[in-house]
Amino acid sequence: MREKIEVKLRDAFGESVIAVSEFKDQLTVEVKRESIVEVCRLLKEDSELRFDFLSDVCGADMLNFEDASSRKAYLAIEHDSRPATVPVEERFLVIYNMISLKNKARLRLKVKVDGDNPVCPSVTAVYPAANWFERETFDMFGITFEGHPDLRRMYMPEEYEYHPLRKDFPLMGIPGSIPLPGK
Amino acid sequence: MANSTQNKESVAGIVQALEDKDTNVTFEDPLENYMVLNMGPQHPATHGVLRLLIKLDGETVVDCIPELGYLHRGYEKIAEASTYMEFIPHTDRLDYISPIANNVAYALAVEKIAGVEAPPRAQYIRVVGAELARISSHLMAIGAMAMDVGAMTVFLWAFREREKLYDVFDLLTGVRFTTSYTRIGGVAQDMTDETKRAITKFIDDFPKHYSEIIRMLNKNRIFLDRVVGVGTIDAETAVRLSFSGANLRASGVEHDIRTFSPYLVYDQLSFDVITEKGGDCFARYMVRMREMLESVKIVRQTLEKMPQGPIKSDLPKKVLPKKERVYGKMEELIHDFVIVNDGVHPDVGESYVATEGSKGELGFYIISDGSGHPWRMKIRSPSFCNLQALPTLLKGQMISDVVAIIGSIDPIMGEADK
Repeated sequence: MREKIEVKLRDAFGESVIAVSEFKDQLTVEVKRESIVEVCRLLKEDSELRFDFLSDVCGADMLNFEDASSRKAYLAIEHDSRPATVPVEERFLVIYNMISLKNKARLRLKVKVDGDNPVCPSVTAVYPAANWFERETFDMFGITFEGHPDLRRMYMPEEYEYHPLRKDFPLMGIPGSIPLPGK
Repeated sequence: MANSTQNKESVAGIVQALEDKDTNVTFEDPLENYMVLNMGPQHPATHGVLRLLIKLDGETVVDCIPELGYLHRGYEKIAEASTYMEFIPHTDRLDYISPIANNVAYALAVEKIAGVEAPPRAQYIRVVGAELARISSHLMAIGAMAMDVGAMTVFLWAFREREKLYDVFDLLTGVRFTTSYTRIGGVAQDMTDETKRAITKFIDDFPKHYSEIIRMLNKNRIFLDRVVGVGTIDAETAVRLSFSGANLRASGVEHDIRTFSPYLVYDQLSFDVITEKGGDCFARYMVRMREMLESVKIVRQTLEKMPQGPIKSDLPKKVLPKKERVYGKMEELIHDFVIVNDGVHPDVGESYVATEGSKGELGFYIISDGSGHPWRMKIRSPSFCNLQALPTLLKGQMISDVVAIIGSIDPIMGEADK
């Protein structure tokens, strides 16, 4: 299955397929942000692949991500004082998990999104199920999905200013950011 | 033509007014307008804090907007700040109707990325726990749905059975409700013979109570009129909207993660994947009913095949040692201290593990930076995705069927809101 996916994607998109990797028996394909919609369309509509079930879309903030396997939690160093380990153009990830019901296979797609201008094309035209997933990702990370029919916040109040799952948002929240009901 | 634009504007006006504050909206001709009904977040039939804005033309639903987030606790943010072990109690509070199933799903996800495998006995115990949780969840779903359409008796019967199940969970895990039963690399405590007898008694008695419910509902004119042909969704739309679990199988799609990509010991057990053709509320009810019998079948086989042996794997750097050894041995004390304070250190990378939870595909996606706590953890909760199909299901239905449809897709807001 892996070869088939890799060959088909490389044939159709060439340079847009950045990396194909396998970790813990799970296949991940990293593609360029601009071509994500077409990649999804090919994966869904190709008669051999048939990745027709989108099981999940989520974001991730890789701000200052680094291998910490040797670091001990109780010796944690200050996050702010370290130099940036991930370039700002690759700060966010959007991850798509999909299933092929016919082939009993799973696939993960990954795109990198600019930290200064977090915009990513929406795949709702291909997978209608992406609607709420993308809204949630927008809510939590502030990634704008271009072409989304109804990009509102999923969980937080509409007038909320922050995006809580970003790494620079404190765990305790920001005091006063959610107004209490008036008396 | 002019009327429809006018309608659109006035509906936008109402929605805006609902979103803003308590304001009065006046219309000159009420018959020319749609009505917007605000249902929830404190409506008893929404199964928690689900809020629906429903646009009505007379008694017919024209459109529906679900609003989520009233129970949002930010579990994904909490996970990033806690060790892998510390997060286990939080998984109980996701789908609080079947906590063991969540514990199992989470433990499997962490074990996958940490490269740990639970010993066979623990795997069998996990299957028993997850299937009993499924029965408990389906009983709740059926009871609540039947109550929503007016059959109070079934709700009480279902709760009587669930009460027996809670007694079983009490014996198995030491707690009735929030079990926190699994550990990374095993389970918290062994299944005793007494527990085994209690489970056997429950599954022996269960078919009798099952047929009581079937007899009560399946030929009941009132119940059938409320659910047959209501909220129909075809297989193609269900897949497009990522419906999962019993709801998807009720539309005729044979997709069950227990057979799709078998985990634990499901490949050694024989059971059927239940599907129904209808795709309506009745089909969803029937799938749940028949799945409970399959779960009983699985539990019976598991109890027969369960091997003796340890319940936690022997990996001192990643799995908590036995408590009695912690108090007596220096080495184990050190390992216990390090695991509790510093956590399990999985490999740097990412992994997504999905299980067939009680509501559908329950998955955990973990990005690890090699430290004791996840860099990012995404909970793929089935209720969230199932709710997404709600507007599609409701369009064109009667207002009185809304509660039946919500009941039939069985959302749990603790899971949908995370």
